[in-house]
Amino acid sequence: MSAVVPATAAGTGWAAGGTPLLEVTDLVTRYPIHRGIVGALRRHPKLTVHAVEGVSFSVAKGEMLALVGESGCGKTTTAQTVLRLVDPVSGSIRFQGQDISALQPRALRPLRRRMQMIYQDPYESLDPRFRVRQTIEEPMLIHGVGGSKQDRRSLIASALARAGLTPPELYVDRYPHELSGGQRQRVAIAASLVLDPELLVADEPVSMLDVSVRAGVLSLLDELRSQGGLGILMITHDLSTAAHFADRIAVMYLGRIVEQGPAKEVVRNPQHPYTRALLSVVPKRDPRDRSRSQILKGETPNPVHVPSGCRFHPRCPVAERRCTVDDPSLHRPREARVDGHEAACLLV
Amino acid sequence: MSLLEVRDLHVWFDLPGGDELHAVQGVSFSLERGERLGLVGESGCGKTTTILALMGLLPPSASVSGQVLLDDEDILAGGEESLRPHRWTDIAMVFQGAMNALNPVRRVGSQIVEPMELHDVASGDAARKHAGELLEMVGIPAARLDHFPHEFSGGMRQRAAMAMALACNPKVLLADEPTTALDVMVQAQLLELLVGLTKDLGLSLILVTHDLPVVAQVCDRAAVMYAGEIVEAGPMESLFHEPRHPYTRLLFAATPDLLGEEEVVSIPGSPPRLDRPLVGCPFRPRCDRAFERCVAERPILKTIDAGHQAACHLNDIPARPTVGATP
Repeated sequence: MSAVVPATAAGTGWAAGGTPLLEVTDLVTRYPIHRGIVGALRRHPKLTVHAVEGVSFSVAKGEMLALVGESGCGKTTTAQTVLRLVDPVSGSIRFQGQDISALQPRALRPLRRRMQMIYQDPYESLDPRFRVRQTIEEPMLIHGVGGSKQDRRSLIASALARAGLTPPELYVDRYPHELSGGQRQRVAIAASLVLDPELLVADEPVSMLDVSVRAGVLSLLDELRSQGGLGILMITHDLSTAAHFADRIAVMYLGRIVEQGPAKEVVRNPQHPYTRALLSVVPKRDPRDRSRSQILKGETPNPVHVPSGCRFHPRCPVAERRCTVDDPSLHRPREARVDGHEAACLLV
Repeated sequence: MSLLEVRDLHVWFDLPGGDELHAVQGVSFSLERGERLGLVGESGCGKTTTILALMGLLPPSASVSGQVLLDDEDILAGGEESLRPHRWTDIAMVFQGAMNALNPVRRVGSQIVEPMELHDVASGDAARKHAGELLEMVGIPAARLDHFPHEFSGGMRQRAAMAMALACNPKVLLADEPTTALDVMVQAQLLELLVGLTKDLGLSLILVTHDLPVVAQVCDRAAVMYAGEIVEAGPMESLFHEPRHPYTRLLFAATPDLLGEEEVVSIPGSPPRLDRPLVGCPFRPRCDRAFERCVAERPILKTIDAGHQAACHLNDIPARPTVGATP
């Protein structure tokens, strides 16, 4: 087997000048917790879930950024806010230079075509009563693209082909239950591609699929990125997948990005103690490589009551006194080896 | 003598149309005292069905044949009558998705006490005290016996399910995807606990999962299942470094490794349907090394080295000592 590095050179497009496809700055998204009428009468405090607390990142054309973190870290909320499925409290979301963070639903509509989402579970995201043809045709009807029925047919066929379902005639008349998991996810991807989007947001796109077909779907996304020039924001909890397929990785903890940089660099030269711990517990394929893992105690705290100072300090193995007071921001760590590698830790 | 020995286990499910699905097609393996064995494969390969058969927990639509020898006693021979005395007292199980395995309207403590009283292991205050000890053993304060499952996080619920499985001091613990759907840090905590428990209590473990790296880190040996049968079994190190079945090699190659540099490649095609008879090697349509013999003749599991078995015709070709390069 030839050893090929799948991902392209680290940080492509990121350092290149020009406007990034997507630029998110200081994004904040909170969810109020309803206290109910009794709570209001008893004057219980108004509580909010601090899902995303000041997140900044960018995705260039032809780049895949992986947003990595444990459940509850805010990665899915970040993606939903970027797509304006959830309204931000503050911050800006620039899509091709245009700030879309405050656009009204009507003004957002033409943009929705250009930024598409791929969901985690292709067993749930496809309508079981729709043939593949209808599933892919529906977004065109909603957005009024495709022209005549004949035109739409050829668009459906080319979207299926781009998603790796060839020959398309074999698939157009099937129902989801006649497809395997991998094929279903490809249909979901085809239904996004048919609108010719510039940004794909993929939320755990392979976690429901069998191991043997995951790589195929990820390679497809990789191809769309490198050859189709799409920008891809991939949400995942799987660091091994992110390391292999993403150009850059952003690690989230409790609503913040705590480290980001070129994928290989974040994985090989992690700086933030959280990233280090997270990487150390990823099971390795080689049974001989049972390297010591640093298992953090407890679980991610509740984002309703965020710890003071560095939000990671209660679980941090190297925290000092100042970490309980000072809230670190992203900066280039002393031991960084490449541009664009940043961590939010007072000690690095 | 092995602690547990499974011989030629078959499971068929009746399908609504009158057809049958041959989910487990002659599975044989053994488990030693204190050993951690991985049962690996993709969805539908029969791994969960296999261990449910050991517990006698298959639905009425299933029919089972074969032997399951526990300390040389065939616990399948007498059906439910011969299984019941061993279920939970000798062989216990942690189910997939413990979030749903616990009863949401009963306190965790009473759910741990229940199997003890049912199997006359302990009752009353003694049972409650033991339940507290079990909770402490899995890393939960005994004071939380009176809490409801919804007051526990996902990781804690899985720990409570482990405490429940240990309630009657079993010899064999079956764990079906115990960490799937949990975060990687919580997964690490639970796997560490699982390994610790097998060592401290001298338990034998069968870990069922689709996740090869998890098995690589936890188990001594593994059996790789495909289309209802074991296609390769052996020490974890041999499976990874010298696989003797193309499926094992391709499955490792399809699994991304954190620091691995080689390309991650998916396996084309999908597993065969098990509701019709299989001719030839079940993996042949997806295999990159198939040849004429694989079309008509189904390979049987043969011993290659001590403790290493594979079901692949390639191993009969003397010029080719291995079926593929080390990944």
